[in-house]
Amino acid sequence: MNIDINFLGILIGAIMASSVPLILAASGELITERSGVLNLGVEGMMIIGAISGFALMVITDNLFLAIIGSMLSGLLLSFIFGFLTQSLLTNHVATGLALTIFGIGLSAMIGKDFVGIPGKQFPLLFVNLKEAIPFFGPIFFGHSIVFYFAFLLPFGTNYFLKKTKIGLIVRAVGDSPLSAANQGINVLLVRYCCILYGGAMCGLGGAYLSLIYTPQWIENMTAGRGWIALALVVFATWSPLKVLVGAIIFGGITILQLHMQAMGIRIPVQFLSALPYIMTIVVLVIISRDSRKIKLNTPTSLGQIFYKEK
Amino acid sequence: MIKIERRDETSNLIYFLTPVLAIFLTLVTGAIIFYLLGFKPLEALKFFFITPISDLYGLSELLVKATPLCLIAIGLSFCFKSNNWNIGAEGQLTFGGIVGGGVALLFYNHEGFYVLPLIILAGAIGGMIFAMIPAILKIYFNTNEILVSLMLVYISKLLLDYLVVGPWSNPEGFNFPETRQFSESARLPILFEGLRIHAGIFIALFSVFLAWVVLFKTYLGFQIKVSGLSLKTAKYAGFKGKTMILLVFMVSGACAGLAGVGEITGPIGQLHRMISPEYGFTAIIVAFLGRLNPIGIVFASLIVALTYLGAETAQIFLQVPKYTGQVFQGMILFFLLASDFLLFFRIKFLGLKKYEY
Repeated sequence: MNIDINFLGILIGAIMASSVPLILAASGELITERSGVLNLGVEGMMIIGAISGFALMVITDNLFLAIIGSMLSGLLLSFIFGFLTQSLLTNHVATGLALTIFGIGLSAMIGKDFVGIPGKQFPLLFVNLKEAIPFFGPIFFGHSIVFYFAFLLPFGTNYFLKKTKIGLIVRAVGDSPLSAANQGINVLLVRYCCILYGGAMCGLGGAYLSLIYTPQWIENMTAGRGWIALALVVFATWSPLKVLVGAIIFGGITILQLHMQAMGIRIPVQFLSALPYIMTIVVLVIISRDSRKIKLNTPTSLGQIFYKEK
Repeated sequence: MIKIERRDETSNLIYFLTPVLAIFLTLVTGAIIFYLLGFKPLEALKFFFITPISDLYGLSELLVKATPLCLIAIGLSFCFKSNNWNIGAEGQLTFGGIVGGGVALLFYNHEGFYVLPLIILAGAIGGMIFAMIPAILKIYFNTNEILVSLMLVYISKLLLDYLVVGPWSNPEGFNFPETRQFSESARLPILFEGLRIHAGIFIALFSVFLAWVVLFKTYLGFQIKVSGLSLKTAKYAGFKGKTMILLVFMVSGACAGLAGVGEITGPIGQLHRMISPEYGFTAIIVAFLGRLNPIGIVFASLIVALTYLGAETAQIFLQVPKYTGQVFQGMILFFLLASDFLLFFRIKFLGLKKYEY
């Protein structure tokens, strides 16, 4: 059988590109959850990142500002979450849900004047190498800077959590906030930082969609990716490198599904589109079946309200 | 100096007043957002919250929208009270609508008194079965019910899309993504000529009554409450935790399924892609705003239904997207959760003198 090796390379490159927003959002959320905070507002922060990035691009015509702005807007939204859950001790699940509902609504409100405006070509790196090298070219070259950042991020996150002192502090706060506090660690400060970092990464993930992946603004364009990112963190059992693997699998399903549609395979489009969601459930079942393993890896204080009598 | 102290006991008055405070703060913040977007804030709020219910038609529309919200929220209160996070009511609503709609389509050229009860039953069972998926996976495989129930929302919507475009689409419908119109006996009766308010409201009110009885007057209700307050206590008391999880999910799925058939046999009259403007998600807010209390939920559903209507009116008069309603819904929940702080803590303003010993 004669498989076009270059086409295969393009396919793999496309799969990697489609996994970028998932990697970014899931890596951010992973740090947040490692500090013991469950933020279900990922979808809301991503969509706000998407619209603010796009809006800033249109207004300022500066892609750098747009990227920074999208991260700041995700951060700002996560600050609401942080203030409520950490300072006002609200329930993490309910607050996160409110954040998502609020974010989707606000993004549509801001974005009403930006519907239908064409996006701008984001500068791609190493384009000449992409053409020059067969197979590996389209996989590794000709992508945006955010792409490369996303693929380095899980390694950085892994190093941060396992090898640095601050990483150790984050894990300590997540596993036993009370002992951490008794050691003189400012639990609130650590958690706030982790929440804000998570928000910024989600914002960046959203901006990748509206600025690079499909450069335009469409209402509700994140289409559940935030929720899949949340599932990915569980899938990865809170380990950054597995986030990378999981995101590529999900990106693969998304791209494969598009190609199957294009090839006219006689399966209804909707069933193919449902594949990522069905896969999420299947994977969750496989991962969670071993409750001992889940318990071992879950940050012990995840989602619990921490309050220390002063 | 400000000092924060844990309250020894929470006051009942504050418990039911904080939702009012939350609504007030939402209106103020809403006015600020409208101002920032370049609208006259008071005028915008008037279009949002007063214009829509200033005539009989508007009031009827308010009840039409409050009905599904109230039904779903009643079901969700069973889940949330027992610490089960069913976030996928929207999917259970959709699946209930699909099953109920399927039965309605079977009878599309039949008339008879039995048609409507059959459809309603089918819808409730459909929603119930769909809600059992996350419950069973949680019980036997320890999966996270939040994520599973949420993924099922997307799956059910795609299934509905497939059905109305494909096998169930109206053969005389020029390929529009919709089914045949249901027969007359498959429709919930309209209460007043010329208005859309339908008999579904009685289903909702009956479920409120039933929920009140179960939650406050039965042993089961007691078990649900205890499991929510402390899982350890529930275990120690010998409550069957797994049965409870399944049960609360079944109740809330059935309620969402009922809301789904209520929509398709009530105002809609057929199946198409958009049988619910995210009622399933909004009902989560209704459940919290109503303090997971059946009576509270009735009031909360009216208030949140108003944000839907308001968004529609504001869309016409102010050209804001209809998603604006969601901004208000999200804010209500934010402020409600935030004001809960006052429930458990008191803020003391201490004079500086006290520190001068």
